[in-house]
Amino acid sequence: MDIEKLQTKLLAIARATPPDDRVPYAFEQRVMAHLRAAPRLDRWGLWANALWRAAMPCLGLVLLLGAWTLASSALNLGDPLGSALENTIFASVDTSGESW
Amino acid sequence: MRAVDRDDAELIAAIRRGDTASFEPLVQKYQPRIFATARRYARRESEVEDIVQEVFIKAFHKLDTYRGEAPFEHWLMRLAVRTCYDFLRGHQRNRETAFSDISAPESDWLERFATEPQAAPENAAAARELVDKVLSQLSPAGRLVITMLELEERSVKEIAALTGWSVPLVKVRAFRARAEMRKCLERMAKDKYV
Repeated sequence: MDIEKLQTKLLAIARATPPDDRVPYAFEQRVMAHLRAAPRLDRWGLWANALWRAAMPCLGLVLLLGAWTLASSALNLGDPLGSALENTIFASVDTSGESW
Repeated sequence: MRAVDRDDAELIAAIRRGDTASFEPLVQKYQPRIFATARRYARRESEVEDIVQEVFIKAFHKLDTYRGEAPFEHWLMRLAVRTCYDFLRGHQRNRETAFSDISAPESDWLERFATEPQAAPENAAAARELVDKVLSQLSPAGRLVITMLELEERSVKEIAALTGWSVPLVKVRAFRARAEMRKCLERMAKDKYV
């Protein structure tokens, strides 16, 4: 069997019989009903929602940090990190020759 | 002026302003063409309807991406082709059709072709069924390319524009699809005569 000829003949047959373009009755109404039922995507609404949801946790975090800062100063824990930084920076400065 | 006589640009502008009802004339106008396209790739009518519905729903939601540089029909056809391709990829089945799956009329047609190629009738239903079976055995990309290139007689450039593939990729896929089809026919012929 000549496969090339068979392929050519079958493709010619397929070309000669295009699919029909009939449409089921009221198909467009089905599509429109689907579109009306599904809510249209509101991108700005989604953003607003997400920001509002993030607002409360952010507020909570701010209050916690504020409370911790106040509590630290009330207990007078000092500033160990600050004095350590100062010591580190001034360690390289030779002040032996200076006098007040 | 009836809604269906308004041109596409007016209807699209109205839809963008929030007038969903203006989409219906567009559906009415283009659904025959989309149905014909979908019927090239799906056999069951329920699948065809699902594909067409999906095309129009996608078109509605992506209407903001239509820039108006080309006719709306071209944009819609691009969407339809890609939806059909997704359908083919999602419905890949075992494509190995043994000769035993070919019906008696199809077998008779092949027999007739083998003995006298000119005499095998082109309008036989069996021949059309055979074509469908062969096409259904191709890979999704292969079937898409062969359908557009050989059956719809589109140019390589048109196919590239519709699929989003580059021109060289379309050519490579067309070459592979023809080879796939030949292999499939050889298998059928071998199964019949061995």
